[in-house]
Amino acid sequence: MKARPRANTSKDSGKKTVVAPSAHHMPLLNASGIIKRFNDFTANDDVSFSIYEGEIHALLGENGAGKSTFVKLVYGLIQPDAGVFEWRGDPVTITGPQQARDMGIGMVFQHFSLFQALTVAENIQLALPGGEPLASLSDRVRRISGEYGIGVDPDARVHNLSVGQQQRVEIMRCLLQNPSLLIMDEPTSVLTPQEAEQLFEVLRRFSDSGMAILFISHKLDEIRALSSRATVLRRGINVGTVDTDTRSARQLAEMMVGETVGYVARETPPADGDILLEISNLSRPRPTQFGTPLRDISLKARRGEILGIAGIAGNGQDELMEALIGEWRGKSNGVISLEGIDISHAGPALRRNAGIGFIPEERNGHGAVPAMSLAYNNLLTSHSLAGAVKNGVINDDAMRHAAADVATAFDVRLPNENPLASALSGGNLQKFVVGREIAKSPSVLIVSQPTWGVDVGAAMFIRAAMLDLAGKGSAVVMISQDLEEVFMIAHRIAVLYDGHLSAAIDATDLTAEKVGLLMGGSAASEALET
Amino acid sequence: MISLVPRKDISLALTVMTPVIAITLTLVVGAIIFATLGYDPLQALYQFFVAPVSRPDQVANLFVKACPLIIIASGLVFCYRANVWNIGAEGQLILGAVFSGYVALTFSDLPGWAMMPLMVFAGALGGLLWAMIPALLKTRFNTNEILVSLMLTYVAALFIDWIVRGPWRDPMSFGFPLTKMYEDAALISRIEFPGIGYLGQLHWGVVGALMLALGAWVVLARMLVGFQVKVMGFAPRAGRFAGCSPAFVTVMVLGISGAAAGVAGMVEVSANIGQLQPDISFGYGFTAIIVAFLARLNPLAVIGAGLVVALAELGGDSAQIALGMPKVVTGVFKGILLFMLLAGETFNRFHVEIRLPRSAKAKQTGG
Repeated sequence: MKARPRANTSKDSGKKTVVAPSAHHMPLLNASGIIKRFNDFTANDDVSFSIYEGEIHALLGENGAGKSTFVKLVYGLIQPDAGVFEWRGDPVTITGPQQARDMGIGMVFQHFSLFQALTVAENIQLALPGGEPLASLSDRVRRISGEYGIGVDPDARVHNLSVGQQQRVEIMRCLLQNPSLLIMDEPTSVLTPQEAEQLFEVLRRFSDSGMAILFISHKLDEIRALSSRATVLRRGINVGTVDTDTRSARQLAEMMVGETVGYVARETPPADGDILLEISNLSRPRPTQFGTPLRDISLKARRGEILGIAGIAGNGQDELMEALIGEWRGKSNGVISLEGIDISHAGPALRRNAGIGFIPEERNGHGAVPAMSLAYNNLLTSHSLAGAVKNGVINDDAMRHAAADVATAFDVRLPNENPLASALSGGNLQKFVVGREIAKSPSVLIVSQPTWGVDVGAAMFIRAAMLDLAGKGSAVVMISQDLEEVFMIAHRIAVLYDGHLSAAIDATDLTAEKVGLLMGGSAASEALET
Repeated sequence: MISLVPRKDISLALTVMTPVIAITLTLVVGAIIFATLGYDPLQALYQFFVAPVSRPDQVANLFVKACPLIIIASGLVFCYRANVWNIGAEGQLILGAVFSGYVALTFSDLPGWAMMPLMVFAGALGGLLWAMIPALLKTRFNTNEILVSLMLTYVAALFIDWIVRGPWRDPMSFGFPLTKMYEDAALISRIEFPGIGYLGQLHWGVVGALMLALGAWVVLARMLVGFQVKVMGFAPRAGRFAGCSPAFVTVMVLGISGAAAGVAGMVEVSANIGQLQPDISFGYGFTAIIVAFLARLNPLAVIGAGLVVALAELGGDSAQIALGMPKVVTGVFKGILLFMLLAGETFNRFHVEIRLPRSAKAKQTGG
């Protein structure tokens, strides 16, 4: 398959060649026997490894493998139940982030904490102790920015910055405290491949200057491109620390998952199926000050295909999803039609009756109600359909059976017959939410981030279920920020950038580089010529 | 650090025992307080808990006292389940009384079969319309319904005060702020038991209140409307996803609770007072908030909670009369009772986790 994702991060150019540090070097940070439990759940089970000065060390694992727990322990946000950290050879108890920063540990979180309305320098000033005057702070920011080629303008207002630039503001905030260890939690999850490559350049310069970097990721290619060593966590257990040069991406994946990694087979879609869902010229003003407006979006989803909508978070995915579900309805801004019938002004229930299924990104509190039983969660998207409610009275038995059938068909593991949604693990609940919609055989399924926060096994199951639905003659519109996923199952791909949707292009004609350019805002023609 | 952690398994035995333990603790603490203040504790507790229910007619009066609380709380349950905070049931009750009073005083010739339904309808309408003010302000301008509904209570109290002193005052009332007495058709009659006769003040409104609570339970537990209310309370975004408008639910639950409070006002006047006067409620609209929460927002449990709170009220009266206990002391005791019940309920659902401060813990593991 030609369209197998190949993030350009896999380029070997510029790769750091650090020999695995020899044993006589004293590690900067040494973790031994770290154990952290949350009630009955052991998030870190006897994790031990060392990080050396100037090293880029990757912490690799699936969602829920315990990566974030481990870095929170290092940063002092939570305390280990057992085990010892040694910092430059001395045992330390890291009681909180302030102590971690004083020791020389900086952390860039996955989700930024910046005040959108303030300037970069003002944001940095707020985070630093000591109340340094803005002028001298701005000078320092400019100097360090020049030194490492970070490109942060201290006078820019944060809401005018791209996500990648905002991330660099967060990095700058850490740098001003001269860290010897910089922790980055999934830094590329919000970046285009091009932005990620720029970030890697910066990180390599940090490492050249002697700074150690602990880098969390589950993306194998970028780990191989950037880091010299990787520690793999699986269900809280340290599977091993390896030189990334000696392992292929597939070997790393198998260490991470613990089983042979499977791929979903994508069939070619029937050419020119009927158009089931058509959106023309849909626009929407920005819903909040920092939301994204939708600009003149048009798309056609055909029978039998999966239409992938790629794009970085915050480029209008939420706004588009709300408009498609009907949670937001415009007066006269564009037309959404299902099999030729205008449904622009219909609410979510009517759209469901017409044969559309929706799976929103957030399952807790949007796609499902955690505090309610699965039967009632089934009712959530069934109440307007026949058999669910008679004379205003809920048909409890029917809902219970429907929920049980979904659980059986979609391999949802239940702790009891009709549990609360909150009693299910993330992957199980997602399988339920997906199964609930697919079980109704919708003619169009609109889904956002179908496998977000789901383990690899469940993700493969969900992708196979969507392919299966498309194979039976439905159209699937999948909004996903996971480029690998988009390439894996989408037949055609469009990219959402700053509220614009590019034209959909056959996946076989695309590469990750081209999609990456579109994700970064290049015009379609320009992207396709490169 | 002390924190409340939800219990995973809530044992049935503990659930049953919780109120028993809470009441036992109330008795112990109450006895200590009474003894400290120089009252015979046993005598005081007798007046509180036994004297008000020592005869069948007194038990009947307990239900009469609980009647408005049960009606109002059955409606408030909808609001609070939907996370809409109607604190103004007292005002809605007053408007219900005024609207039904208008029917009773204006169409005084109507026969009973027409008068009663019309008065119930008018009472519900009055409370509903008064509740629509916070509802519309909230949905249109995103105002805070707690403040608006609470403030409107004072407006309502001044409104009825003005109406019974001014336009509706009975010319024959010798200057007292009272309307005319209602005709018999406009009064809720007492229940006559065959062979026994009347039992205290027990009237048909009490039967209505119990049916209302039952109906509220059916709607909330079994019907789509109740489901939508609960979804809005748990997860408003999921409610919108299901196709349900938050504004609609806000208006609906404020309407339901306003109408219920209005009916309570109508029942209170028609069954117990017989005419409009400046004070028609003894804070029932506020006390019902406690009843709703004591019942854990379950309309069936509202009946029991209403009776418990009514008992505390009647017990307080009885202790004041028999022992000359000051009103503040009976108030404190009522407070202790409610505190114990709510605390028992909380500890039934959560357990306390005390975590040592980090430094102390570090020493422990280090040493």
